[in-house]
Amino acid sequence: MTLSTRSFSMGAGSERRFGIADVLVLFGLAALLYAGVRLAINAPPSVQEPVISLQPHVLPWYALRSVSRMLAAYLLSMVFTLVYGRAAAYNRRAEQVLIPLLDVLQSVPILSFLPVVLLGLRAIFPERLAAELSSIVLIFTSQVWNLTFAWYQSLRTIPKELREASAIFRLNTWFQFKTLELPFAAIALVWNSMMSWAGGWFFLMAAEIFTVGEQDYRLPGLGAYLHEAANQGNITAILWGVLALILTILVLDQLVWRPLMAWTERFKLEMVESDNPPTSWFYDLLGRSHILNWLNQRIFTPLDEALDARMARWFPPKPIKPVNGGKLTPVEILLGLGLLGIILYGATQAFHLLFSISWSSWGVIALGVGATFLRVMISLIIALAWTIPVGVAIGTNPRLASFFQPLVQVIASVPATAIFPIFVLLLIQLPGGLNLSAVLLMLMGTQWYLLFNVIAGASAIPQDLRYTARLIHLNKWEQWRTLILPALFPYLVTGMITASGGAWNASIVSEYITFGGRVVKTLGIGALITHSTAQGDYSMLLASTLAMVVTVVLINRLFWRRMYLLAEERYRME
Amino acid sequence: MNLNSQTSLVELKHVQQVYGSGARRFTAIQDINLTIREGEFVALLGPSGCGKSTLLRIITGLQSPTEGAVLYRGQPLKDVNPHATIVFQTFALFPWLTVYENVDLALKVRGIPAEARHNRTLELLDKVGLDGFETAYPRELSGGMRQKVGFARAIAVEPELLCLDEPFSALDLLSAESLRGELMELWLSGSIPTRAILMVTHNIEEAVFMADRVILMDKEPGRVVGTLEINLPHPRQRKSPAFQAVVDQVYAALAGQTQPEAVELGSAPGEPGTTRRLPQVRINELTGLLEHLVEIPGKREDIYRLAEPLGADSDHLLDLIEAEELLGFVRVQQGDVILTDLGETFAEARILARKEIFATRIRRLPIFRWLLSMLRKADEQRLEWDVVQAALELEFPPDEAERQLDTIVDWGRYAEVLAYDDNEGMIYLEMEPTVEK
Repeated sequence: MTLSTRSFSMGAGSERRFGIADVLVLFGLAALLYAGVRLAINAPPSVQEPVISLQPHVLPWYALRSVSRMLAAYLLSMVFTLVYGRAAAYNRRAEQVLIPLLDVLQSVPILSFLPVVLLGLRAIFPERLAAELSSIVLIFTSQVWNLTFAWYQSLRTIPKELREASAIFRLNTWFQFKTLELPFAAIALVWNSMMSWAGGWFFLMAAEIFTVGEQDYRLPGLGAYLHEAANQGNITAILWGVLALILTILVLDQLVWRPLMAWTERFKLEMVESDNPPTSWFYDLLGRSHILNWLNQRIFTPLDEALDARMARWFPPKPIKPVNGGKLTPVEILLGLGLLGIILYGATQAFHLLFSISWSSWGVIALGVGATFLRVMISLIIALAWTIPVGVAIGTNPRLASFFQPLVQVIASVPATAIFPIFVLLLIQLPGGLNLSAVLLMLMGTQWYLLFNVIAGASAIPQDLRYTARLIHLNKWEQWRTLILPALFPYLVTGMITASGGAWNASIVSEYITFGGRVVKTLGIGALITHSTAQGDYSMLLASTLAMVVTVVLINRLFWRRMYLLAEERYRME
Repeated sequence: MNLNSQTSLVELKHVQQVYGSGARRFTAIQDINLTIREGEFVALLGPSGCGKSTLLRIITGLQSPTEGAVLYRGQPLKDVNPHATIVFQTFALFPWLTVYENVDLALKVRGIPAEARHNRTLELLDKVGLDGFETAYPRELSGGMRQKVGFARAIAVEPELLCLDEPFSALDLLSAESLRGELMELWLSGSIPTRAILMVTHNIEEAVFMADRVILMDKEPGRVVGTLEINLPHPRQRKSPAFQAVVDQVYAALAGQTQPEAVELGSAPGEPGTTRRLPQVRINELTGLLEHLVEIPGKREDIYRLAEPLGADSDHLLDLIEAEELLGFVRVQQGDVILTDLGETFAEARILARKEIFATRIRRLPIFRWLLSMLRKADEQRLEWDVVQAALELEFPPDEAERQLDTIVDWGRYAEVLAYDDNEGMIYLEMEPTVEK
């Protein structure tokens, strides 16, 4: 009997000989290597920074640049997530600071990070590198928060008996990470990674071309291409750009995310097989690859084995801490005091800046918050109005669902910002055109969260309740009132929390746009933030960012959290 | 130079576990002294909530006690005991690892080289009868087979002290029985290097079937109330009179803890003294037991004979009898339950009369007296659930307080002394009979 330890097994098939899958793997590898080399020697001469070419043939290179940037930002996000989430989950004192901080950070619009990041990096690195790194950090800020929350929550919900088992069998930190924490969080991490990449694409245009004060930064990439195309009013170029973007997203979906989802299915905690596991042709293909299996057996498994052996030897399991927490160590006190000092210093400096703002400017900020609030509300209401009927229709009808679900997923994966310029072009002539298009962008960016949640909620309504509703002859309206809406409520709340956060963040790209060579803006807090970034007006940037963060956090705390608790308590199906 | 060479493996001295502080201070375990010697199979037996699982975690070093000393081979235990291991009630297998990998992991983290691990894992899986299931994932296995993986993993690390945390209670009857047999065979034949076994259980028959010594525990606070040596030869026959006599003896010891009435009823919340915890028992169970007893000639029955007709496990059965006793419907004498006259009247009464009897009985209980008087004083004679629960949390841990209130409301609704509106989360006083003294 042969037995292979398959920590990353890919199905059987070692009897098969060299096949089409292997050819593909080889080709893929070659393509990757070539791309790397080309990138290293700084791409074709047509990509002459900072001039953004609108020739369609540069698009593959631009796409590659953008994907590399996203990947770098994503890797940074993962590292940040693993460290931050672990600190918050395992240290009760750190948790009390880190989790509220995360809550605030995720409501800071990405552009507000820009000046700090750019100025900081420019002090250390040469100009071009600093711009490139700033762009990566900006993308990072649009990807990282939900990942961190997901990892933290996974760590907090690892079942007690698995924790005890890993303590009693003396798993050290490495083995706990590898065999307990990472597998347990895998599904949530993959799911949130997909969300993060969607978020990254959404803000790509803002992250590849930005103006700070006098200086313009342009980084070759899909986002910059689209931005430049919109700026020149070049519809053909916009369409080419959108096409390239959609293709890139689809390829990533098929070659990365689907296989990952199919693979992570094994990390489900449920002790039953699921009816409808996610599948991926590419994953199956890889599983049949002779080369990969050979690599896996000859290289990865021994490497993994050797690493585990080292880790087992080097790191003895940590002793269990006493239950009563213990007192603060001097190091902790020093660290805490240092941190407090920095925060206090920063805060006084910030207040200094804020005091320099005139009363009329504060008035503008208040008006801006109000205007953006109205837009967010309107976009939410429109989204609700169409997603509830459509989502319920799809969710309660498996035939419709099998047809529409993949379609909706593809449509939803197109970042709204990319096609936004086309809408602006159509709407800008109308009175209040930018107002309309701002609401439209918020809607396009956030309605999908709602739709997916409504579909999930509708398909979770138990069949017997639906039969009962019909058996006791409830009419359509009564069915909605007594069954469907209450059953949807928790899902609606979850969807709306995400959608509202997203809409606020989208305001920075929807209320202020450069189009056809001119700046079009409307009254709104997002426009204020973008405008003051572009002008290098840091005190205004700080004030408007703070205003937005405070508003969003307050709305979350005072409204959404209550709705969430209500949903948890009253409307949960058990 | 002792003939039995019974060196002690584990020794607990005045071990105490306290949770919370100030007014919300609960003693989970009080002053436990015990010794586990080499060659012994010891069972910790007691109702749920008596702290036996906590004790197991203290013995293995997963948790350190608030007070007292834990010695292993005479040395104080500071960390997780490397010579001990646990077989968990819920198996605690890693669902993403195969059967083989689950066992292999336990060896891998100890730095054992691949070759040796491979042979040992296969040998162990063979020993517990999982040959051919190496590449299966836990979710593909039945409960019994999952627990076999749990045993294989535990034995793999060759523990001196094998701890079993209710290992059979999540299994179906047949799997549990066969696995018990297999474990006893491994243990008695000496084919595993284990020096002592400690099993936590609430199943009396299981303890008597397997252990050399049963340590009896009771709750509030968790404490040891007795020890019983079992000298029956293996394999033990459940139906034999000698076996049943021991089971009866255990029931007598556990259910016969009747104390003077004042202690038994306890004090009301907020007053000095301990508030009596209501056993978590539903009305239909209470009436079911009485209806069963009233049919039996002599109106008395051995406790262990009640488990089967009532479909209750021994733990819940003890809770049920405790509740009946508290209400005055039965008496317990030497492991027998005896129906009282009141209990007989209740069992034979119609529904309304039953409710009346029940109402007068629960009004005696301090916890009900307390709640009813609060309700009478309250605005519109109603109180929020959360308020009452918060008050109870001064006496009980939070989830226990919630369960207590659940039981209070359940009993109170049946007796029609209370009403509860779930929508508003309000507890109301029902109309009381006009003549009340």
